[in-house]
Amino acid sequence: MATTTINAAGRKREVLDTAVIRFCGDSGDGMQITGSQFTNTVALYGNDLATLPDFPAEIRAPAGTLPGVSGFQVHFSSQDVFTPGDTVDALIAMNPAALKMNIADLKPNGILIVNLNDFGDLDLRKAQMTSNPIEDHSLDGYRLFSVELTKLTRAALRDLGLDNKSVDRCKNFFALGMCYWLYNRSMENTFRWIDAKFSKKPQLVQANRMAMQAGYSYCEATEAFQISYEIPPAKLSPGVYRNISGNTALAMGFVAASQKAGLPLFLGSYPITPASDILHELAAYKDFGVITFQAEDEIAAVTSAIGAAYGGAIGLTTTSGPGMALKTEAMGLAVAVELPLVICDIQRGGPSTGLPTKTEQADLLQALYGRNSEAPIPVLAPATPGDCFWIAMEATRIAIKYMVPVIILSDGYLANGAEPWKIPDISQLPEIPVKFEKNPVDFKPYRRDPQTLARPWAVPGTPGLEHRIGGLEKQDVTGNVNYEPLNHERMVRLRAQKVEAIAQDIPDAVPVGADSGDLLIVSWGSTSGPITAALRSEKFKDHKIGHVHLRYLNPLPKNLGDVLMRYDKVLVPEMNMGQLVMVLRAKYLVDAQGYNKIQGKPFKTSELERKIEQVLAQE
Amino acid sequence: MATETLPVYTKKDFQTDQEIRWCPGCGDYAILSAVQSVFAELGVRRENFVFISGIGCSSRFPYYMNTFGFHTIHGRAPAIATGLKVSRPELDVWVVTGDGDSLSIGGNHTIHMLRRNVGLKVLLFNNRIYGLTKGQYSPTSEIGKKTKSTPFGTTDRPFNPISLAIGAEATFVARSVDVFQQHLKETLKKASAHKGSAYIEILQNCNIFNDGAWEDLTEKDARSEHIIQLEHGRPLIFGKNKDKGIRMNGLDLEVVQLGNGITEKDLLVHDEAHPRPAYAFLLAHMEERPGFPTPIGVIRSWENFTPYEDLINSQIREVQEKRGKGDLEKLLRAGDTWEVRA
Repeated sequence: MATTTINAAGRKREVLDTAVIRFCGDSGDGMQITGSQFTNTVALYGNDLATLPDFPAEIRAPAGTLPGVSGFQVHFSSQDVFTPGDTVDALIAMNPAALKMNIADLKPNGILIVNLNDFGDLDLRKAQMTSNPIEDHSLDGYRLFSVELTKLTRAALRDLGLDNKSVDRCKNFFALGMCYWLYNRSMENTFRWIDAKFSKKPQLVQANRMAMQAGYSYCEATEAFQISYEIPPAKLSPGVYRNISGNTALAMGFVAASQKAGLPLFLGSYPITPASDILHELAAYKDFGVITFQAEDEIAAVTSAIGAAYGGAIGLTTTSGPGMALKTEAMGLAVAVELPLVICDIQRGGPSTGLPTKTEQADLLQALYGRNSEAPIPVLAPATPGDCFWIAMEATRIAIKYMVPVIILSDGYLANGAEPWKIPDISQLPEIPVKFEKNPVDFKPYRRDPQTLARPWAVPGTPGLEHRIGGLEKQDVTGNVNYEPLNHERMVRLRAQKVEAIAQDIPDAVPVGADSGDLLIVSWGSTSGPITAALRSEKFKDHKIGHVHLRYLNPLPKNLGDVLMRYDKVLVPEMNMGQLVMVLRAKYLVDAQGYNKIQGKPFKTSELERKIEQVLAQE
Repeated sequence: MATETLPVYTKKDFQTDQEIRWCPGCGDYAILSAVQSVFAELGVRRENFVFISGIGCSSRFPYYMNTFGFHTIHGRAPAIATGLKVSRPELDVWVVTGDGDSLSIGGNHTIHMLRRNVGLKVLLFNNRIYGLTKGQYSPTSEIGKKTKSTPFGTTDRPFNPISLAIGAEATFVARSVDVFQQHLKETLKKASAHKGSAYIEILQNCNIFNDGAWEDLTEKDARSEHIIQLEHGRPLIFGKNKDKGIRMNGLDLEVVQLGNGITEKDLLVHDEAHPRPAYAFLLAHMEERPGFPTPIGVIRSWENFTPYEDLINSQIREVQEKRGKGDLEKLLRAGDTWEVRA
């Protein structure tokens, strides 16, 4: 829905519900910063939003080439936003390579801003283009604005005495200034950011401020744009909000868990994309007593966390799929010695090194089963960037209450994607009770709590509790090394029962939408957004469709089997080859069908709509 | 906290009720006995001792020590112990490992623990063989050694554990022998007093798969000719008649016969605390050379480098003093926020 007004200068201002904008350029063009700044500004204004940063694994591929293209997409709206958007309303392409890689996603008649100064013969050749798209009419279906971004930025900063290289680095702020004009947004927030970011380099503060101001003024002064847009604030539930990405939310969630449990947090980690930001963030929280240990490898990362947990800290390790593969044996040790531990796997495309910066959810089976022998581990998955905060707290709670390692499966999309997040009231955060064993009378290291089956947490330094644990099979109750056949079977079953029993301690699956009927969609992880968006389509209003989004993948909610049976069909969309659907079929004998996308990108709403239509039409 | 007097411990207080499952005659028994005796004298409360081990015969050690103990996975004991020590620096954490565990599968963790100087005491049981897997060669097996996995002799050049530890910037490196009980106990005490990583190679016999591993050094008659006992501040003298010494010759060491104008004054005086590792390297490589003795005792003990756990924890304290203790409310509300009103 759009209403249009005309201002005194004869320019139109159109009010829209929603807009999707994408900044793309070379890896060195600062597109991630530009996108984040635009995001923060629309967030502060009160729009609901979702973002999709999309960058190459190479830090700086040769400038201007196709592999070097980096992009950042923001979907902002006065309505609820669940995805970064399938297609974009406005595309800012800083060079031919960026144009070539992104133009397919621009809506017909969409706004296209290109940097005219970067469309020379050499630039075109680097992008493997044979003709100049600005001249060859291939862009006729769009509203093309060819702007001399480089030249105009240089002109604006002429008097600063900076070298051309430094000046050219400011052209992303020129483009950002244009977008602020185009969407009627204040530049104040980004001014503040520039001031803080370059506080030690006053010349750059001035340069970036001036470049952005110049971009804004350019739109105002020239009549390039006859129209600008306004997207009113969204009706979010009352509260104080901030913008948050999944990795930030995880880091803060673990700090909150540490505070609520009254235990120090120890992170053992080895840098790996896309998980490293959690290490960076937690390393800064020394004021919370957080110990971060950048280990020599993935194995030392997890084992140091086990050592810290043995000593009574919250042991945490963060990684991605290849790293979790390396941690496998140590995770089995944590299962055997029954110590609390949290392992975060921020999934990326695989196998092997795969697509380090792209998203995928293909580590589910690794998380569930990827260890030698019977080594059950609870598995949780956040649904949105903000949910990562709650999942971190919940994983810690379960780990401590049940004395088990717990896996969190996030992914690259949640990790880097951002959304407005309502800041919780800290007095309302869940408690995480901790009980260290103190009583030496008849102490047995493997005597279990009858309810939770957890063994006592008996930390070194406690008088009278000296005892030995290890990876060899334990005798039930005493914890002594024991190889007896029946004891082994009993211990294997006890460890499994302990994890199964967590199902009593987690919420039931409650379908959103129809409680029974034609179709149930079951999902997990970051697919929550696009599925929710697809199900809002008018197309499905005559169908009885339910949606269960699983945050707990092991154990599954105890009523899930009943829910699955209430629908004629079950569809499980996943960014893998069908891992959850396999588990559901095996466990519940349900004829669920998968819908799989393995492109390193999240589902589009339109793709899901089509698939749902197709499934509904099946006999 | 109330100060409690330290109980008087005896060796018995450190024995467990577990049946010891090493082969009869194994050198590990002697090491266990020495450790149990020494622990009674260290002035540390029993509940503050922790033994962490990896995998292998040696790594069963914690089951037989009545302290806190954690038998972990192959090669990873230094990393697990690091996590424990940095989060609980007040504990007295000991690592028990073997030549395969520490120098093969756990080589990476060993060198990084040493370069960080984590305050861990590491007992490396070196028997130059894989015992628990029944007789394959290890990274310290001598070249050409015939074992189950090398029927025609090994072609691997072995590690010299002392040299490796010094190369990894270890601040305390020592060597002792399973059967030299008194020497072993003294060495353990010195290691215990060291601030930072202490790496002790204990030459240990595997009477099943590598019997006589160190016979050259332990045979009563040969002992004094083949071993030199290092003592800080004392000249390097060895031999049955204390008539051989070691002196510098250019950038190298040489063995000399005392007499004929050569006196103790010409010999090198052992300086375990020398700030640079070059001298320790020379000592480490003596044993490979014909006519040179194998040094035992403290090869290097250098305390001018703060232990890792102290650096980590003092950094946390400094930040807390500067910023104040973390406030969760402030953390969650950091950066740009906006309010949506009802």
